[in-house]
Amino acid sequence: MAIGIDSAALPELTTNELARYSRHLILPEVGTEGQRRLKAAKVLCVGTGGLGAPLTFYLAAAGIGTLGLVDFDVVDESNLQRQIIHSTADVGRKKIDSAADKILALNPALNVVKHETLLSSANAIEIIKDYDIVADGTDNFPTRYLVNDACVLLGKPNAYGSIFRFEGQASVFATEQGPCYRCLYPEPPPPGLVPSCAEGGVLGILPGLVGVIQATEVIKLILGKGETLAGRLLLVDSLSMRFRELKLRKNPDCPICGMNRTIQKLIDYQQFCGIAPEPKEEHALKNGVPQITVRELKARYDRGEEVYLIDVREPFEFAIANLGGKLIPQNEVPNRLAEIDRNREVVVHCKAGGRSQKISEYLKQQGYERVVNVTGGILAWADQIDPAMRKY
Amino acid sequence: MKIFIPTPLRQFADGKDAVEVAAVTVASALAELTSTHADLRKHLFTPEGKVRAFVNLYLNDEDVRYLPEKEATAVKESDTLSIIPSIAGGRG
Repeated sequence: MAIGIDSAALPELTTNELARYSRHLILPEVGTEGQRRLKAAKVLCVGTGGLGAPLTFYLAAAGIGTLGLVDFDVVDESNLQRQIIHSTADVGRKKIDSAADKILALNPALNVVKHETLLSSANAIEIIKDYDIVADGTDNFPTRYLVNDACVLLGKPNAYGSIFRFEGQASVFATEQGPCYRCLYPEPPPPGLVPSCAEGGVLGILPGLVGVIQATEVIKLILGKGETLAGRLLLVDSLSMRFRELKLRKNPDCPICGMNRTIQKLIDYQQFCGIAPEPKEEHALKNGVPQITVRELKARYDRGEEVYLIDVREPFEFAIANLGGKLIPQNEVPNRLAEIDRNREVVVHCKAGGRSQKISEYLKQQGYERVVNVTGGILAWADQIDPAMRKY
Repeated sequence: MKIFIPTPLRQFADGKDAVEVAAVTVASALAELTSTHADLRKHLFTPEGKVRAFVNLYLNDEDVRYLPEKEATAVKESDTLSIIPSIAGGRG
């Protein structure tokens, strides 16, 4: 059953559109009616990054009438290894503006709606209700559960894709008969166990592969043709180029899409995913910057947490001994702020804690909300944690 | 039988993407796997010994939760067990 409005109310195609989409019109599975369905459709793309880039491009090419974009991030050079909708000239620009420009250049007839916001329990229902289908290209668990729940509550199918290093998953959740994300994963993993792309790395092509699969599913849902991934989990291993498929069942006890729904409205997803709003450890403060001891830092690593560690020493110091932090020598920090992610807790260290304290204070002045200084620096680590580490 | 180890957990399985174990049921295959890879145990099981809810186990292409015998399901040499965890990368 195709998503969207009835045939009688479908918009007509202009002469330009008949020419532009001729390759679609020739296909029996699309035809004029199918192309009119695409024109009538409203699709919300959450995220205009790795997955969002190919997804939005192909949906624009296909003639989806209304494309909503959700993103509040800014283009960073490290994005360009995979987020092909942005260009070098866009570094520093808002992703939503960069993406909208390229989409409209490809297809000026589209209605592109920008939602420059962080999707949250406060706004998700309001935003999603005006669309027919959602394609989720986000990069964190709380948003995944949020989008899922909103889609189930509103009855909107969710074309799901996710990636990690060189593996991807794709499916379609929240169709009437099919499972939802919670049917597959009733509980999120503990924070820090599954690194994001920034921490774990990702093969640049991978979101390209998975994003186009998502776009394909969106189009099939609109056309009502073919067999969607609802009820199936597609697994892609790009390193071996193997595709596998697992059966997904609707969980009759699912708290949101099961027979006895217990979740009637959106919840606090940060809390659900175990992400505390403030750092859990009690930190001493020095000039407004929370401090962390090397023992506390070691404890985080032992818990399997991913720590976003910035090392502000000089390259020769790094070569002598290091903790695997991202090296940005202190004098280069002001010019390299784009490399320091504002959305994460930044843990700064140096040799003894002095330089890192100054840089931490600087970052806070620059608006970084979560910055922590490692008291005692790498020397304290060598003293207390790893006696084999070279001191200098 | 072969157990496929997903990327986020390979660091706890000596970097391997698949491990061969000798077992007669799903449960004993997992026990065999975690006896030789102790770190995997805490990521796959709660302290009470139940499989963690963000980890899915598939015997061939079927979710073990929906098999009549669940983890007690008998396995053959040619079967595969896949551990499918949640991943969330998309934008960042």
